[in-house]
Amino acid sequence: MSTTVLAPPAPRSGQTDPPAASPTSPASRRTRSRRRRSWLAFALLAGPNVLLLLVFVYRPLLESLYLSTLQWNLGSPVARFIGLGNYREWFTSPDTAQVLLATGVFTVVTVGGSLVLGLGLALALDRKLPGRAVARTVAFAPYVLSGFAVGILWLFIFDPRYGLMSTLLQAVGMSSPQWYTEPPWPLVMIIVVYVWKNLGYVALIYLAGLQAIPQDVRDAAALDGATSARTLRSIVLPLLTPTTFFLLVTMLLSSLQSFDIIQAMTKGGPLGSTTTLMYQIYEEGFVNGRAGYASAGATILFVLLLAVTAVQLRFVERKVHYA
Amino acid sequence: MSLQTAPGRPTARRTSGAPTRRRARRGLGLDLGAYAAMIAATVVLGAPLLWMVVASLKERSELYSVPLQWLPDDLDLANYAQAAGTIPMGQLIANSVGLTIVGAGLKVALGLTCAYALVFVDVPFRRAVFVLVLATLMIPSQITIIPNYTLVASLGWLNTYQGILVPGLASAFGTFLFRQHFLSLPTSILEAAELDGAGHWRKLWQFVVPLSLPTVAAVALVSVVAEWNDYLWPFLVVDDAAKMTLPVGLTLLQSIDGMNNWGVLLAATVVVTVPILAVFLVLQRRLVAGLTAGAVTG
Repeated sequence: MSTTVLAPPAPRSGQTDPPAASPTSPASRRTRSRRRRSWLAFALLAGPNVLLLLVFVYRPLLESLYLSTLQWNLGSPVARFIGLGNYREWFTSPDTAQVLLATGVFTVVTVGGSLVLGLGLALALDRKLPGRAVARTVAFAPYVLSGFAVGILWLFIFDPRYGLMSTLLQAVGMSSPQWYTEPPWPLVMIIVVYVWKNLGYVALIYLAGLQAIPQDVRDAAALDGATSARTLRSIVLPLLTPTTFFLLVTMLLSSLQSFDIIQAMTKGGPLGSTTTLMYQIYEEGFVNGRAGYASAGATILFVLLLAVTAVQLRFVERKVHYA
Repeated sequence: MSLQTAPGRPTARRTSGAPTRRRARRGLGLDLGAYAAMIAATVVLGAPLLWMVVASLKERSELYSVPLQWLPDDLDLANYAQAAGTIPMGQLIANSVGLTIVGAGLKVALGLTCAYALVFVDVPFRRAVFVLVLATLMIPSQITIIPNYTLVASLGWLNTYQGILVPGLASAFGTFLFRQHFLSLPTSILEAAELDGAGHWRKLWQFVVPLSLPTVAAVALVSVVAEWNDYLWPFLVVDDAAKMTLPVGLTLLQSIDGMNNWGVLLAATVVVTVPILAVFLVLQRRLVAGLTAGAVTG
């Protein structure tokens, strides 16, 4: 992009025009050329980003909807239009119940777990104790790390023979379950890792929410003789509703799309017990090569995510904000 | 991703003061409980990372010992050497660093120019363009991945840097954050720039960007983290070890070494995680601000 093509100095509105500019030339021509320069500037500045979005987001979105109506294998020259056949197959497939169960359990437990534990940690961090800066840093660190790398690290920790987890369990008199091979432990394993990775994020968002609650509100409750538990239940939690809702939606969206931890730890197995909808899309599309069928799965997941977002927008619009 | 950031994000700060002392007396027992929770959380969240580094320095016999040997007898980098002998580690680091810097830089530039146009260039349809950009936040990558893969393959971009980079370049989140920030800038400064004879390009880089450095830093850091950790897309488009990023290389190492060579695998895991951990520790405040942006609901 070069400097010269962009709009030269153009006063934004007529009032700053020097009146003696050129009384002979018609004002309309000046506005028109200025408008043309604005269009050009807009196209040059916003164009690249918009173009990339059109080519790599909107085009594939539409194409994927189309692909979902085809019986088509990745890279194959032949494709057959089968209408809603892929969807019919998905809804009637014996695998679907298990995929939905794995997706449901994974999503509900990871989201619920990170919200509850994150709130607990945020309440602890909110008490301005010495050392909280270190705790905050450590808590947030897992969130910035590669999910795949984190998965490998935890696979080592969960190693039933030589892992740290097995040593810790033995120390309290328990023997290590077969984390890798015996359902439901593989699912438990990826849930633990997912919560571990996201806990710090949830805690920090909650902490921001807590710090937005005016201190005098809590002081007033304390003066009224409310216990801390009562203040938490009747004052703090209700005031945190918008934060909770935001986190609920954010975590729901990201957990429904999680891939790299599963890929590192279980690859959807054993026996499909950790195959979530997201993982199924990858597996059908790129391992089994059934691109049409995978696209139908992608549409289903997309609709699910869209529903979550729609609920959010609806709720946020209506929500009365505190503070 | 959130759509609910209020314009000019109000950063609510507690108005603390005198009542803090009273609260402190009331909450001694709670403080102890909170301390216990804080320490427990720190250990549970931090220990695995330390464990990773310690284990990567152990010899094979120290890793595969029952009962567990906590610390290595001596600091031994053999696992790192072996990892580098199995996958082209230097090349992978260069790939990851290069793609991260170029990708994050382009993302910031695309976001800045797009947001500038949306806020400061007066054309009638810019509102519609903004909605078009914003709506992509709701389109998840898994629905675009098969058609994008087909496109990239047909362009001959499999196993190339541009194949990894280009499809993910467009910036919706950055554009959104930059736009929010630009809307809060005082218009008088830009009017002064106009009287000065500055065109859009100069206004953007000489006036708007210098006034937006915290937001630029936040978006840049979020992009750095995202590019570095990005997994599914590079994993799909690259199977040539010379073009892999670090997380994809780790996948290759896992498939070569399996689970019977933890030391080597963990050494590579350290190489993947420690650089971003270092970025996080040094630039923590800005990075957290970026990653948690959008959550401030007032």
